[in-house]
Amino acid sequence: MRKVLIVGATSAIAQATARLLAARGDRLFLAARNLSRLEMVRQDLAARGAGSVEVMALDANDRSRHAALLAAAEQAMGGLDIVLVAHGVLPDQKACEASVDRTLADIETNALGVIALLTLVANRFEAGRAGVIAVISSVAGDRGRKSNYVYGAAKGMVSLFLQGLRNRLAGAGVQVLTIKPGFVDTPMTAGIAKGGPLWAKPEAIAAGILAAIEKGRDVVYLPWFWRPIMLIIRLIPERVFKQLSL
Amino acid sequence: MTDAYASWGHYPKLPQRAVALSWRDQGWPAIAGEVLPRGNGRSYGDSCLADGGTLLDVRGLDRFIAFDPSTGRLACEAGVLLGDILELTVPKGWFLAVTPGTRLVTVGGAIANDVHGKNHHRRGSFGNHVLRFELLRSDGRRILCGPDLEPDWFCSTVGGLGLTGLVTWAELQLIRVEGPWLDVETLRFPDLDAFFALAAESDRSHDYTVAWIDCLARGQDLGRGLFMRANHAPTPSGKHEAPRGARRVPFTPPVSPVNRLTLRAFNELYYRFPRSRHSIQHYLTYFYPLDSILDWNRLYGQRGFVQYQCVVPPGSAPAALRRILDLIAADGQGSFLSVLKLFGTMPGCGLLSFPRPGATLALDFPFRGEPTLGLLDRLDRVVMDAGGGVYPAKDARMSGEVFGRTFPDWEKLESMRDPKVMSAFWRRVTLDARR
Repeated sequence: MRKVLIVGATSAIAQATARLLAARGDRLFLAARNLSRLEMVRQDLAARGAGSVEVMALDANDRSRHAALLAAAEQAMGGLDIVLVAHGVLPDQKACEASVDRTLADIETNALGVIALLTLVANRFEAGRAGVIAVISSVAGDRGRKSNYVYGAAKGMVSLFLQGLRNRLAGAGVQVLTIKPGFVDTPMTAGIAKGGPLWAKPEAIAAGILAAIEKGRDVVYLPWFWRPIMLIIRLIPERVFKQLSL
Repeated sequence: MTDAYASWGHYPKLPQRAVALSWRDQGWPAIAGEVLPRGNGRSYGDSCLADGGTLLDVRGLDRFIAFDPSTGRLACEAGVLLGDILELTVPKGWFLAVTPGTRLVTVGGAIANDVHGKNHHRRGSFGNHVLRFELLRSDGRRILCGPDLEPDWFCSTVGGLGLTGLVTWAELQLIRVEGPWLDVETLRFPDLDAFFALAAESDRSHDYTVAWIDCLARGQDLGRGLFMRANHAPTPSGKHEAPRGARRVPFTPPVSPVNRLTLRAFNELYYRFPRSRHSIQHYLTYFYPLDSILDWNRLYGQRGFVQYQCVVPPGSAPAALRRILDLIAADGQGSFLSVLKLFGTMPGCGLLSFPRPGATLALDFPFRGEPTLGLLDRLDRVVMDAGGGVYPAKDARMSGEVFGRTFPDWEKLESMRDPKVMSAFWRRVTLDARR
């Protein structure tokens, strides 16, 4: 029975992952902005067999409450084994191009809030010489593209931060897992036309996250085929890439 | 617009667009025009299709709310699949009081069609075990409904084909079982008379009874088939394994492999195939054999298929069934899955509940255009003359006249219908019925 803190727990991928954790009896502590929706998720996970489920309403951008969140989670569950960071927004790229404030706000949510929280988590796990940090980044962070580079830049920052963190915490026995989903059919992507073989369900992503944690992986592309796709995309010379419409 | 929202029979083909719902507190979606709540799309015909409007995809409402293993009361959102409920509750000794032949339907869909199963003679239909649900109307009202709580809204929504508004969550009463196993007996019977005798006897001794019949057999073999009866059983000693995962029909073949030749061969072989009389079966195998072949409807090819399920009252049942089977056999348009069962006398609680006392026969036919439609119209006549009815959840073609005469309460449902909700089925049959 693991003790798991999930930040952004009302997101589709987080809910699907939490269901798998609940089914095996893990203890859960959930944080998200909307308390009534957190409560719906809590009821669901309790019915599905979670060892315990507690919730805390929290805006992940409110850095002043990060320490309190970790303390509350640790106290409620009697410890902390896994932190899954799943919150984020899909910015409207065009709106960001027209507004500095929107660009910075979205980077704040997708990157700075994550980094702030992880700094505290890392220190805690390093001191305890154990723990798993699992963070949902994105394939979008692997290369900047004109269609969503604000999102990509934030996710890229997260991926790079995690890479450094992993290097730092390897000696302390702390697993740092970078999760890079491709296209996932969730409410976050409601504005995009879906369908076709590249789109995955949150349940499939969740199963991949759990397997990656169990196997002690460092970076996981979900589904797996995004690894070769992104390898090719990263290998295209910039001189060519800048001409592409991606 | 996507084929992902086609109906299960892939006929009729109407372009659909949908909006996905994710939270039960989100209120009526701001959409101009008509909408139709849609569960997992297992309705065969056009009752799950919007008619120019927008589908409300309810599958994102898939959360449990509460389950009490001491009482067997389960509350969940309307998009939860029956299979998900069983996965949660069977290990704790509880089973759905009523289940249809697929577990891949949502709770909301099961209520909207007041679905029935092999135990209708004991337990009635799905709505008989619904304790309460919340109905969201397009004006934003949320109505808590139950048999003794807003009974008008309850009765019009159970079996109401999704037309009264959006069911956001429901509470069900489950039944106690000892585990996932069933003690199943399979008996071959030579004709319709033998079926009625077996059914009368078995309905007294068994919770679940159903028969497969060879719908291509004629003459003295008319109505021959296999009778399957079962009871929940304690976990057997010795080794019994749960069935393995499902396989999927990967694509829709350009030409359907279901034709006269394969149908005749299948029906003959299935009838003759030697099988042991007693077996212990897992509930997945017994109740949901077709769920192990995902997308099996693709086997009917690009043109799709139509399902036909009717009920005829006890007095006229033997003669009407004989006439129906004669018409089908004469036409040569056989069905793989011809299923025959006697309904019990427990009345459905919905205005438009399909089950009523008598014999119910379900058939599916590859869609071949006019010949298929003509045959079904002839079957309708027999059913109507016998005083029976045709199941709206499976229908894609019955006339408004047949519908109006066999579901005389439809105008009450029409008066309770949410003004913003409409389905292709409802527009089709009610336009006609008004004439």
